[in-house]
Amino acid sequence: MMSVLAVEVPYWGQSLLRVLGGIVAVLLPAGTIVYVFLFKMMSFMQSRLGPMEAGPYGSLQLVAEVGKWLQKEDIIPERADARIFKMAPVVVLVSTFLLIAVVPFGPDAWFTNFEVGIFYALAVSSLSVLGILMAGWASANKYSLLGGLRAAGQLIAYELPMVLAVIGVVIQAGTMNLQQIVVAQNSGSIFGFDGLGNPYILTQFVGFVVFMIAIQAELTQAPFDMPIAESELVSGYMTEYSGFRFLIFFIGEFATAGVFSLLTSVLFLGGWGVPFAWFGWSDVDSVANWMNVAGPIIMITKMMLIAFIIMWVRFSSPRFREDQLQRFAWKVLIPVSLGNIALTSIFKVVM
Amino acid sequence: MPKVPGMVKGLGVTLGTLFETVTKGANTVQYPHEKEAPPTRARGVIALHEGNCTSCMLCARSCPDWCIYIEGHKELAPPRREGGKPRKVNMLDRFDIDYALCMYCGICVEVCPFDALFWTPEYEYSEPRIADLLHDKAKLGEWMETVPEAPELESGAEKKKK
Repeated sequence: MMSVLAVEVPYWGQSLLRVLGGIVAVLLPAGTIVYVFLFKMMSFMQSRLGPMEAGPYGSLQLVAEVGKWLQKEDIIPERADARIFKMAPVVVLVSTFLLIAVVPFGPDAWFTNFEVGIFYALAVSSLSVLGILMAGWASANKYSLLGGLRAAGQLIAYELPMVLAVIGVVIQAGTMNLQQIVVAQNSGSIFGFDGLGNPYILTQFVGFVVFMIAIQAELTQAPFDMPIAESELVSGYMTEYSGFRFLIFFIGEFATAGVFSLLTSVLFLGGWGVPFAWFGWSDVDSVANWMNVAGPIIMITKMMLIAFIIMWVRFSSPRFREDQLQRFAWKVLIPVSLGNIALTSIFKVVM
Repeated sequence: MPKVPGMVKGLGVTLGTLFETVTKGANTVQYPHEKEAPPTRARGVIALHEGNCTSCMLCARSCPDWCIYIEGHKELAPPRREGGKPRKVNMLDRFDIDYALCMYCGICVEVCPFDALFWTPEYEYSEPRIADLLHDKAKLGEWMETVPEAPELESGAEKKKK
């Protein structure tokens, strides 16, 4: 039995709550990111207002768009590999849902408290490559195939710096459990100063920058949007998709952006916690119960901050050429993150 | 001052525009609610002054898209003076411009020797059916009301001799 806000919840109730929570935690950030950043912030950055007609300030535009997509015909190209073609968007979205499973939202508000959480998250996040390759191959369209292959090459190249950047955090926290990483950040201290805890954005700043660049590429957002380059590949692997299958790809893209932002805030910004020293907490068991409600709000705030940076960079940068993109990953990001690991381990052993 | 990388500068530009839009408003207008007045010489739609047209077909022949259709016939009109020969006048039966084909090059307006065609800046004539974009003589005549006054010549400019 576990108590949420002093209410005893049986196991089946907890499971149900967690499933519902997972769906909300994937779809709510996706919708928020699309409206706040894709519709509004992007428009403002281009000195226009964006959607204004559907609902106050166009806030129901997304509902209208979803309605539009749902009523469109589900077209499958004649020569396409129909079964794989139909499965591909679902595979992409599933990887997002699997990813949210390990993100903790509060001392008790987690979906699974997995001992090797970050290892699992990084493994599962590469599942989307599979879905994208499936979509590119099954479309029976050379542009889609080209886009799919570019996506695969890019995602694999940027997976490495992402993993290596996370290793710095794991070494410093001494655990792969995301919940413990949050606790380590909020109960830690920087050279004896514990007023802020130890959010790893301060001590692992290099890792944070590498991680941000890598997730930008993982999400195929500009400047790393070579796989879906509209001007040359007509949206790459998404070319042949229409109706709700395209909608699933669309949700997948922005839901993954949301989940990766959540993951970044867990790894580098202290997750659901506020510095424990402020309230005199020492570990996860002594954290007050109201953090189960405040935690998700803190998480969403931090997620919006990270998503803002991702989208800001996306709207401001031109596209990398394919060779520049690969060279940047292999010749800059990987050496930098390896150096970061070496430095972190030295500090960890010496200090 | 050290050189700022273009990437960072670009981020500054977008953020600056963001704040400018929030504080000063956007550069665009919300079209159906407020409309921008197009400039006087904007190429919106072509109007026909029927009385000036002699159905000489110059416009139809010079149209790159072949979107002007003209049919006419000659009629005999009473002579100007007593005992003279009856005059031949051109009657315009049909003058259509298909705006689904028109590419707004304005060659017809330039080429018309009798000032029968005019540009007007009106632009709101889209139709749900493409066939309705074929404007006939009457409709092209209606556009005449929207032809703006020709702008004043610059001071000291050479006046065209009549």
